Amino acid sequence: MYTLSSKLKLTAIIFMIVGAIGLVYGFIAAPSTIEDVKEMMASKGHHESAEAEVVEQDSHAMASEHAQEGHAMVGQHEAEGHGEAEAHGDEHYEHVLHQLQNKPWAALYVAAFFFFMISLATLAFYAIQYAAQAGWSPVLFRVMEGITAYLLPGSLIVFAILLLSGLHLNHLFVWMDPEVVAKDELIQHKSSFLNVPFFLLRAAIYIIGWNIFRYLLRRNSLRIDEATDGRYFKQSFKLAAGFLVFFLVSESMMSWDWIMSVDPHWFSTLFGWYVFASMIVSAVTVIALISMYLKSRGYLEYVNDSHIHDLAKFMFGFSIFWTYLWFSQFMLIWYSNIPEEVTYFITRIEDYNIAFFGMVVMNFVFPVLILMNSDYKRINLFVIMGGIIILLGHYLDIFVMIMPATVGKEWFIGIPEISALLFFGGLFVFVVFNALTKAPLLPKRNPFIKESQHFHY
Amino acid sequence: MASKVIHAIYTDDDLLLQAVKQVRDARYHIAEVYTPFPVHGLDKAMGLAPTRLAIASFLYGLVGMTVAITMMNFIMIEDWPQDIGGKPSFSFLQNLPAFVPIIFELTVFFAAHLMVITFYMRSRIWPFKTAENPDVRTTDDHFLMEIDAENHDVDGLSKFLYDTGALEIKLIDNK
Repeated sequence: MYTLSSKLKLTAIIFMIVGAIGLVYGFIAAPSTIEDVKEMMASKGHHESAEAEVVEQDSHAMASEHAQEGHAMVGQHEAEGHGEAEAHGDEHYEHVLHQLQNKPWAALYVAAFFFFMISLATLAFYAIQYAAQAGWSPVLFRVMEGITAYLLPGSLIVFAILLLSGLHLNHLFVWMDPEVVAKDELIQHKSSFLNVPFFLLRAAIYIIGWNIFRYLLRRNSLRIDEATDGRYFKQSFKLAAGFLVFFLVSESMMSWDWIMSVDPHWFSTLFGWYVFASMIVSAVTVIALISMYLKSRGYLEYVNDSHIHDLAKFMFGFSIFWTYLWFSQFMLIWYSNIPEEVTYFITRIEDYNIAFFGMVVMNFVFPVLILMNSDYKRINLFVIMGGIIILLGHYLDIFVMIMPATVGKEWFIGIPEISALLFFGGLFVFVVFNALTKAPLLPKRNPFIKESQHFHY
Repeated sequence: MASKVIHAIYTDDDLLLQAVKQVRDARYHIAEVYTPFPVHGLDKAMGLAPTRLAIASFLYGLVGMTVAITMMNFIMIEDWPQDIGGKPSFSFLQNLPAFVPIIFELTVFFAAHLMVITFYMRSRIWPFKTAENPDVRTTDDHFLMEIDAENHDVDGLSKFLYDTGALEIKLIDNK
């Protein structure tokens, strides 16, 4: 049995408290009126440049007026923009105000989603192991189950944020704003899908579905320990297969709903896969990190460097898979350069250059170089190094998906962002390690457990 | 110099593996082992050095990448930078995404093919090469261990091999 060390518990609680304080500060520091924004900008002294940026930043608001011409017009506006800028100066400040008000919300949302997606994808990975009848992984099942314990609180928090958006407490999703929709024909055409009640209903269905599957799989896993026959294992096999079918559909729709819809003018067909790749690689990384931690504390007797080697292979492979999808999405849009699609990447390359390309280095170049060598995959230090970079890289990935549409140019990884990360990181560690104490770390009667104990590569 | 070798034939891979360990423990020198299929762990038991083929492959991949980058940069950017459908041929970086599929494929192409050719060369395999098989049964269901007789006591060595489970033990004049 694993016992939660008080040091770890204390660290997690401190993270949560510090994070919560930082988040509260982030919400207080966000400006509440246009005058605040003007003051802030004046004190920062980038008033002049701000005015030149007006048109670009307003492309969102503009798009509603010029829905038909859409973003194609932005370029032309830029040329004649300076004259117009004076005319709707206040409009610009209002726009910046919304972005600044979004900042703490978006920071909260990105971090909440990031940790939630780790536990969800861990459940998917866990189900894959069951469905594929993997012989190497059963000694890691309890670690995976522990990570999926965060699914319930994590998904409820994400749901709460979506609910608050639906109640118009923030502007994360522009299509939720009736004023915007009234002027925006493009969104109007999508409103049969993108409307708040249906959106929340869908979110509730995904969340309930995932959590039920998680509950049943965990319950079966504990029952297998006590059983005298293979009934519950067979049940778990069927459950896992069923979950994977449900997951594939719900994950794809979840990514449209929760992530793609922050840019309601843009769409991409492989987006669900892309988000999935990001999820699964983070999940495998977290499984590896937690396994190595528990192993170093002497709790996982049968986990050897071959198990870590396998996990590192998955980290390596899924990193490349992520890059493949990232590039496929980017290159197809870059190549054809259709205005209605390409704005997505133009804003990211222009305003998020370091984050956008930095994450490719972190999620691809670094893992490829560090985890290619078969010997390195057995060395904890290398896997930990690679893992931390991968996790940071995928946080950045989610960041770059959400931020451009919600805070635009006002992005910065400052107090609200780091605090949110600390808060959810602390909560994640607290919930996961608490769940690990609930059951023995070695499953007893799993049909593959012997093979797994002697697994060596 | 006519040296002599002993051929010991086994019919079971587990037995062979055990024998290899015993023979090495007794400090006899195993010249070669012939098996009809890869015996897992044989190389370790024989104490063979790990292959460096993967490292060679990585380097070949880097060569392929360099070839692709140099080629595309020269052709598309330096030699004749045309405007083809509005693609930005001003610098390599600007048009990089269009080149990535080629860079990728050539990297894989070089890594794979040069590694295979390296393997052939290092293993001395080519068409029309005379087979070096001491006993045809080793390609079907027999395992053969070749041990240098050198100046060992042949009878004692045969007895030792017999005890390890060898089915046939033959003294052969080498070359």
